Amino acid sequence: MSHRPTAPALRAEGLVKTHYGRGTPAHAVRGVDLSVARGEFVAVTGPSGAGKSTLLHLLGGLQRPDAGSIRLDGECTDSYSEARWAVERRKRIGIVFQFFNLVSDLSVADNVELPALLAGVPPKRARAERRELLDELGLTGKERSMPGELSGGEQQRVALARALVNHPPLLLADEPAGSLDSRGTREVMRLLSRFHDRGQTILLVTHDARLASAADRVISFFDGRIADDAALDAAPPHRTGISGVLELRD
Amino acid sequence: MRLPLLALLARGPAHGYELKQDLEQLLGSAYPQPNVGQIYVTLGRLEKQGLIEGEEVEQSSRPNKKIYHLTDTGRAALRAWFAEPEDEPRVRDEFFMKLALAPQTGLADQLALINKQRRQYLNTMRGLSRLAAAENRDNRIAHLLIEGAMLHLQADLDWLERCQEELEEPE
Repeated sequence: MSHRPTAPALRAEGLVKTHYGRGTPAHAVRGVDLSVARGEFVAVTGPSGAGKSTLLHLLGGLQRPDAGSIRLDGECTDSYSEARWAVERRKRIGIVFQFFNLVSDLSVADNVELPALLAGVPPKRARAERRELLDELGLTGKERSMPGELSGGEQQRVALARALVNHPPLLLADEPAGSLDSRGTREVMRLLSRFHDRGQTILLVTHDARLASAADRVISFFDGRIADDAALDAAPPHRTGISGVLELRD
Repeated sequence: MRLPLLALLARGPAHGYELKQDLEQLLGSAYPQPNVGQIYVTLGRLEKQGLIEGEEVEQSSRPNKKIYHLTDTGRAALRAWFAEPEDEPRVRDEFFMKLALAPQTGLADQLALINKQRRQYLNTMRGLSRLAAAENRDNRIAHLLIEGAMLHLQADLDWLERCQEELEEPE
């Protein structure tokens, strides 16, 4: 594998994707260049229908672009087959979705271990990894539960454990708090920040600015294009900067 | 700060420094620390208005301190405060005027204005997220204050999005 240590974790050039359904063609992604450095946490925000989920699907190989190319760790993926993308999604790319997409008739433990076993990890190690992650995510004791018995927030944490069990260099998150309440949103935010602090590269798609503000960089996506790409302040919060928002009146 | 101080005194008499500490404890690090001088000035004004009354208490090794209690007039003012709903927060009119007037001046681009404003809001949002993460998890009042600020900001960001959608559409 041509693993270049200096290459960005993800690089997309000239991505285009048009959906042809009934009616007029929908230009979901219309020429996107994007680079995500290793260890970076990038959020893509924009109104629904702006094409941001399509963009994430292209970056994870869940859909193929009409034009443009994608590099993972400097390696060109243009010639990847579906099967090859499936392997990448087990090893190099973890994905979490809005609706969790857990296997409903497998236990929590099996949901998390499955991708490890499919990637050829010995069962004993898969179990150890699963235990550690569930513990970390506050799900100890839920191993034998079925996904349907868990709250939305808990299911999303299981999905996060499943996405990270093979230590993928890149985590893609598609509206991970989209079906959670305020508390669940905060929880997801806290966990993404924690994994990011440990060096996890994350690309997050969300319409929720609260969630996006956990990222180092926010890309505003409009009508299939990048409208703005802003690095957020790395400095700790400046008291006076936000005090105006919080100040109670005299 | 007048009415919050009155409200704290509704529980019982207290001196200025105690009130500062109570306020800090209630609102946590989220609230810009009230300065003690400002509290004394406000207490002085409240006393002049007859809403509270102060009583000097001698201290052996330190200067006297003044313990305040709520008067009947003060209690009535507090009741009136609770009885009335508050005004709505207003749309950021200054930004809106910039946005509305930019095309006529030829001095600024509307989409650039929106992007700049969005960056500002996002940075503030990030600051608020960090404050929330740093705040004691058990201080529900402090968390509600931060969350309220975040939700307002979220609404402002949604509105910027609407402006952008509307202005990007060819007429």
